[in-house]
Amino acid sequence: MKTVCIMCPKGCELEITENNGEINVSGNDCKIGLSYGKEEYVNPKRIVTALIKTKSGKIRPVKTINPVPKDKIFELLDLIKTAVIDGNLKQGDIAIKNALGLTDIILTN
Amino acid sequence: MKKNYDVIIIGGGPAGMAASLAANKRGAKVCLIERSDSLGGILKQCIHNGFGLHYFKEELTGPEYASRFIEEINKTDIEVVLNSMVVNITENKTVTYTNRTEGIKKIRGKAVILAMGCRERPAGAINLCGTRPAGIYTAGLAQYLSNIEGLLVGKRAVILGSGDIGLIMARRMVYSGAKVLGVLEIDKASGGLKRNIVQCLDDYGIPLMLSTTITKVVGKKRVEGVYYANVDENFKPKFETEKFLECDTVLLSVGLIPENDLLAGLNIEFDKITSAPKVDQNMQTSISGIFSCGNALHVNDLADNVSYEAETAGRAAAEYKENGVEPEKFNVTAGNGIKYCLPQKVFKDSKVKIFFRVKENIKNAAVKVVLNGAVLAMRKFLILVPGVIQSISFNSALLTGSVTVEIGVDE
Repeated sequence: MKTVCIMCPKGCELEITENNGEINVSGNDCKIGLSYGKEEYVNPKRIVTALIKTKSGKIRPVKTINPVPKDKIFELLDLIKTAVIDGNLKQGDIAIKNALGLTDIILTN
Repeated sequence: MKKNYDVIIIGGGPAGMAASLAANKRGAKVCLIERSDSLGGILKQCIHNGFGLHYFKEELTGPEYASRFIEEINKTDIEVVLNSMVVNITENKTVTYTNRTEGIKKIRGKAVILAMGCRERPAGAINLCGTRPAGIYTAGLAQYLSNIEGLLVGKRAVILGSGDIGLIMARRMVYSGAKVLGVLEIDKASGGLKRNIVQCLDDYGIPLMLSTTITKVVGKKRVEGVYYANVDENFKPKFETEKFLECDTVLLSVGLIPENDLLAGLNIEFDKITSAPKVDQNMQTSISGIFSCGNALHVNDLADNVSYEAETAGRAAAEYKENGVEPEKFNVTAGNGIKYCLPQKVFKDSKVKIFFRVKENIKNAAVKVVLNGAVLAMRKFLILVPGVIQSISFNSALLTGSVTVEIGVDE
């Protein structure tokens, strides 16, 4: 599998192959790319950033603490779309705890 | 009665904020002027990840990155003036700004730092053909409407330009429930980061159409669709390839222009390629005591690098002595293959880092700093692309004349 590592702006071109259950990653410039390559092959995940409504109708940005599987992104976005949070929460506070059993979602502003 | 400061900074975005802290750290009395109602600049609307990997060694969203600086500024005596628009600067560093409470105010600084950021190139500037219905936005404006105002800018979008703003907005539009039909790029390759092609386009099956542009926008009150076509080597449409795409929104991500209108009346050396003042390694312009940094100086790729650059400007502005003697400065010229270099002037000192962009993709390049035929420094690159600013350092203590930065093939 050929892909580009997304963990930093460098964008190393990775080649990921599997041999007898062992995953080999090449093209990475660091350890982070190595683990990204392995994860991407087995279970591609992404940090999701989105917008959430407060009770007053204002919107605030949020992000997932952990990356979520790609095929769960839209389900997560739907969950965030229907949520309404307390406007007194501060940057860094948890907006949604344990969303889809996968990750906390925190306010980024 | 004019109020005096050591350093006046115009713009409270990433550049202005980092510069203010660096100047303040050196004991300067700083005034930071910002036109909007809070500090942070463009970072406030960049709710995506990717900031701070270098500067803070962690991945942050734009607002989180901005908050780190805002928290530090709040601990200092930096005077932050919000909701205020600077309307004039003079060569003797008198800055005029206006706001609703003070009216028109003049202040004076020993040094001034220009950190105004940049504007987006609009539809008129690219001669976008067709009508001007509602639904045509520059990508950054769409980002503001989406991420700050919470509005859905459209339901079926075509994005013109594959720079990072266009790519990031492609994903944001998908997340807001819109269909993104494609990202059209007039060039043979995208200028955006490769990671953004993956995480913004590939992840969502959005096609990237290279060597393609919009030939006409159709629609009376609202965008109804666009005609688009492939282009030739001169970026001229090949009309025989023209097709129609039904959509209600067009996002334009066709370039950023440093916002240097304030300098129009000044006798300042300008670089036509960067659309910004020429500076030396201290970020000082040709007007003694006026410095520039961030996107107002050249369009940057990463906020982290803006912060480093702004620190240099802040430091130098704080240390600046009025009526001091400026050292002799030599030109740094962009040689073959190089679009621009920065700083454009260097004085004898120690190690100097020259930032540059190349004109075209090039593999296995050896970039050299050359003085009268002698190579002062050389750096090898596996690949150089126009979308990524690179650097080469050399020892300026060896300077006796102008240097050229040029690309040679790595032998």
